Amino acid sequence: MMGMRLQNIWQKNKTNLLTYGTVIVAFIVLQLLASQDMLSNSTRGYLVPICAYIVMAVSLNLVVGVSGELSLGHAGFMGVGAFVGVVISGSLRGVVESDALRLVLSMVGGGLMAGVAGVIIGVPVLRLRGDYLAIVTLAFGEILKNIIGNIYIGKDATGLHFAMSAGGVSLDEGGTMLLKGPMGATGIEKISSFTAGFLLILFTLFVVLNLINSKEGRAIKAIRDNRIAAECVGIHVTAFKLKAFVVASVLAGMAGALFAQNYSAITADKFDFTNSINILVFVVLGGMGNILGSVISATVLYLLPELLRGLQDFRMILYAVVLIVVMLCTWSPQVKGKMQVARMWLGKQKDKIFRKGAADHA
Amino acid sequence: MREEYSRKMVEVTTTNLLREQDTDKQPVLDVRNLGIDFGGLTAVDGFTMSIGPTEISGLIGPNGAGKTTIFNLLTSVYQPTRGSILLNGVDTKGMTTAKVNRLGIARTFQNIRLFSEMTALDNVKVGMHNSIKCSFLSSLLRLPPYYKAERGANERAMELLDFMGLTDVANVKAGALPYGVQRRLEIVRALATNPSIVLLDEPAAGMNPSETAELMHQIRRIRDTFQIAIFLIEHDMNLVMNVCEAIMVVNYGRVIAKGTPDQIKQDPAVIEAYLGRKDG
Repeated sequence: MMGMRLQNIWQKNKTNLLTYGTVIVAFIVLQLLASQDMLSNSTRGYLVPICAYIVMAVSLNLVVGVSGELSLGHAGFMGVGAFVGVVISGSLRGVVESDALRLVLSMVGGGLMAGVAGVIIGVPVLRLRGDYLAIVTLAFGEILKNIIGNIYIGKDATGLHFAMSAGGVSLDEGGTMLLKGPMGATGIEKISSFTAGFLLILFTLFVVLNLINSKEGRAIKAIRDNRIAAECVGIHVTAFKLKAFVVASVLAGMAGALFAQNYSAITADKFDFTNSINILVFVVLGGMGNILGSVISATVLYLLPELLRGLQDFRMILYAVVLIVVMLCTWSPQVKGKMQVARMWLGKQKDKIFRKGAADHA
Repeated sequence: MREEYSRKMVEVTTTNLLREQDTDKQPVLDVRNLGIDFGGLTAVDGFTMSIGPTEISGLIGPNGAGKTTIFNLLTSVYQPTRGSILLNGVDTKGMTTAKVNRLGIARTFQNIRLFSEMTALDNVKVGMHNSIKCSFLSSLLRLPPYYKAERGANERAMELLDFMGLTDVANVKAGALPYGVQRRLEIVRALATNPSIVLLDEPAAGMNPSETAELMHQIRRIRDTFQIAIFLIEHDMNLVMNVCEAIMVVNYGRVIAKGTPDQIKQDPAVIEAYLGRKDG
């Protein structure tokens, strides 16, 4: 019995270690390639957004895969984090000298504000179920996007100025606008780095994997599997759904802050419904509740349209075709069955060749 | 948590049917004049009973008599229209299902409701949720209290699984288990919440005669080991008459008879409810 229990613990840890290991190895390989100047400029440009979208996919997986609630507004939280992060690092420019520290502070601030948004939205929304929850999260995601698209924030010697209209902010001489409503944020200092993205991924994995394998995680999965039974063993359903939702929002906010500071300008339109759906596609393709799957599918699916750029107009068609084929291969029982048959056939052929080779040797 | 468990694990050898030790104790469940209406339909009305701290009692009645509705009222899945429920002396009016469970009532379901994507062991550990003392922060950061709490939880969950003979399936997904095993696992999960009374909704449904015989033995053993009350709904009369010390019969949402198994077997109202009235 003891042995079996140890084996069980090992099995759980093995999956987690594999997840951490894959990310760490990928980081080291890419760093080595970069130091040897073997990465093209465009590839280097993808690294930070990929990190941000991995964090987005893993955190959404916590809501959709582990907690079992379909949320269609995840990009909204990314947007909150992005713009709060930009304002924080913009206003700390000249105060905090270290870029790295400013990035960390902006990510923490962005994450916290996204978390606050998560609580405000989660409390009413998580009482709903299924389709209703999906529709309402979609609406809230759009509301967040529209709010941040109408905020004007400027900075001058006297401090930060805030308004909801273009004329509302009057600045002293030498002041700069940080957010310009629908024009978004411009003049952002590019302080995000691949290393920062890598560390954020590790932090996200640490939080999410630890959460899943704790009593809170068990409660969240129990609610997903059977709400009434979970209530009957003394679990406060809304509280635990909210925990998962808010943790995911905080992580999304941090990813947003990282993402925004990789560009010199960014608008709120970037964080719309389409973006939420893209992140959801990463999660579904990677497998519900499968964290390593989210990491891999976010990477591949982010790169795919970029790599297909050479095909111009056909690239989105090809992207869609690849998506459909992969979905069929991983989820359809019929296709999976046929693939099994094909694999067995291949195995047999290999056996034949191998045996023939062995016989020849003898 | 550990002390509490060992305190409850006192082996009791008595097998007497009438629980004399219960007579002057506060009942674990004291229900007065309970009723619920769904729109114009009265599903349960005037339901009154009390259950002693270590009593095994049964609730029987024809299909649609309101038995499961009574269970749903007792566990606050439904809020009663009339009447009161005292659980260990506390009025549960307006409480959530989760709160009522924390006060000491646990249940199983007629149509099994396990956490099917989780292992049997994890199902039991979900049941122990409120007795695992470990803060959210120590779980997230994997601080020493986390490991201590998890180790304790694992040990106790394995003990409970062992108690119902489920050690071998601890790491099997609950949804993949055979029907009879799932029913037993649901009982283990209910016991894991450290209840003072367990409600079993048709525990023998879908079981073969030998499994049912084993279940009867286990129900008595649960009461004797944990010193808790058991209240069960069952259609298998052999099980009810053999295991229960007190039986209540309901029909059309009302209690039509109460008594020991022997009294119930003779009761004309019960015979009429089940078999119909003799003509003339």
